[in-house]
Amino acid sequence: MSSVGIKGYAYCLNHAPELGLHYGSTPFTEREAKGDSDFLKALPKYIQTYEKAMQYAPNQAYIGGISYEEFEAAQTPWIKNYLSDANRYGRYGEIMPEDEFLGLLAICDVFDLIWLEKDFAGNVKARLLKDPVMTESIVARLKGAHDLPEIEAEIRDKKGRALYSDGKVVGCVRNGHEIDDCLFAYVLLENLACKAGGVLALLHLMKNSNVKPEEIDFVIECSEEGAGDMNQRAGGNFAKAVAEIAGCVNASGCDVRGFCAGPVNAIIAGASQVAAGARKNCVILAGGAVPKLFMNSRDHVKKELPALEDCLGNFALLLVPDDGTEKNPVIRLDALGKHSVGAGSAPQAITSALIHDPLSAQGLTFSDVDKFAAELQIPEITLPAGAGDVPHANIKMTAALAVMKKAIEKSGMDDFIKKHGVIGFAHTQGHIPSGVPFIGIACDHIRAGTMKRVMIIGKGSLFLARLTNLADGGSFLIEPSKGGASTGAVSKEDVKSLILEALSEIAGRLN
Amino acid sequence: MDLQNQQRIKDAAEKFGADCIVILGSSDAEGAEIYAETVSNGDPTYAGPLAGVPLGLPVYHVFDQTIRDECDSSAWEEQISMMEMVLDPEALAAAVKGIRDQYSQNVL
Repeated sequence: MSSVGIKGYAYCLNHAPELGLHYGSTPFTEREAKGDSDFLKALPKYIQTYEKAMQYAPNQAYIGGISYEEFEAAQTPWIKNYLSDANRYGRYGEIMPEDEFLGLLAICDVFDLIWLEKDFAGNVKARLLKDPVMTESIVARLKGAHDLPEIEAEIRDKKGRALYSDGKVVGCVRNGHEIDDCLFAYVLLENLACKAGGVLALLHLMKNSNVKPEEIDFVIECSEEGAGDMNQRAGGNFAKAVAEIAGCVNASGCDVRGFCAGPVNAIIAGASQVAAGARKNCVILAGGAVPKLFMNSRDHVKKELPALEDCLGNFALLLVPDDGTEKNPVIRLDALGKHSVGAGSAPQAITSALIHDPLSAQGLTFSDVDKFAAELQIPEITLPAGAGDVPHANIKMTAALAVMKKAIEKSGMDDFIKKHGVIGFAHTQGHIPSGVPFIGIACDHIRAGTMKRVMIIGKGSLFLARLTNLADGGSFLIEPSKGGASTGAVSKEDVKSLILEALSEIAGRLN
Repeated sequence: MDLQNQQRIKDAAEKFGADCIVILGSSDAEGAEIYAETVSNGDPTYAGPLAGVPLGLPVYHVFDQTIRDECDSSAWEEQISMMEMVLDPEALAAAVKGIRDQYSQNVL
């Protein structure tokens, strides 16, 4: 069996409510279509401060500020039970305040697109230097500070988009082209924000994994953004752009796309390259999506609830050859779930393809998996918007399928759901909640011996692009290493499985 | 209901008239009611092509017994039975029936 080690992981959030107010797709389209509507007037009243976002239990679970068990035990509703002892930094990453994130945007800009006001730039530069993952050479990239009148003229006369802090204009994103809408200021902001989130995750990943930038061999980026111009609309390449800022001089990279199934597909692609020996190691990462900020805020405002979609999510993983030790849990490449073209689009067909089929092909059953992690959106965001508790719906479907496959009794569904499900703690950032936020938690538990097997499941709504009516999905298992399988050696399990296969073939002939 | 789907239903109703029925697969009763109202009495959010357009279409949830009786049982088993265990079929069918009784014409 081929397997690849997971050496490290990082998960960060960028608190970005003012970017959301102006450039989240829901408020943005409302403003473009209706001007200053009642919804837009009301929305600022429902926005959380940075402190509240930091104290919100799901956010702390995401950055590893609290353990998954502490998150499970946290008092609900979380919006009424903020954590009093929360910190900016957790074991996986951080929640970065918005002003510093604007500084990081400028750091990640190599085309003079982000202009920040002089005093603001100086202030955030000093604060960024205090971040444990920022080096002086990275922060020194923050250049191009401008006077406010110059910035205002760029917005007023040249189609720049304003950047705000505390309600005031503190900078702008310059327009990249007069006619080519791939290079309009809005799109460039979206792409630079995604790049900046990826950089932050990569910096935390290298710190968490104790790896130097020059040791990184290859990077695969798997967000849902498209960088290009009108001749190659989403030509890429976020991965290499991120690696450049993080100082990974020996790395190259490419992007993998698949809507919310992007990360699982990228992880399988990266793991396969490492298992084949084509790459010494591979980072899989993604930044967040500005348009998805406050995506469901219309419903939150209507129901007078906090507009919680105020953070960009990002993550990074480091895949290395399986060294056969307990140090690095592994991704199995012989038990991949695939939602094929012919599988159909019924939830039953998808759940079978992604969960039952890869398990049964390996002689495993539902209860052999400690946790199934799919679509981990925070339910306090999705429930008021009428989208239900998405992770709960997923584990309910898994339990129902287990009943149909006679793996559990119908009366045992509730216990199965409680034992094998995961509570959602990821922002509604599309590709971010799709299973991957649980990889860090799973690896920590596997190392500690408190979990033996976890399934990560990604699902993507391909039909949104109007190319096909199909959806997509993928899954893989994470387990403890069984002895350096990626070196090409034949393991005990391989021999056992070959003997079983041969015996069942003989038995079939005798019948 | 998104604007594209509203337009598709409006176009189909114009083309096929009284031969049209709408079958919903929504997993949420509140959402099912809004979709049902959109295709029978018009878009209650006044955002899409069906705003102020009461098509009066007969609308059913796929879990409604009338629809279930029309389905091939093996296809039902293969495609839908799992979701019967996950969702609340009776509540969903009843939610859509409530709207159908108020606004739909030519019911089955």
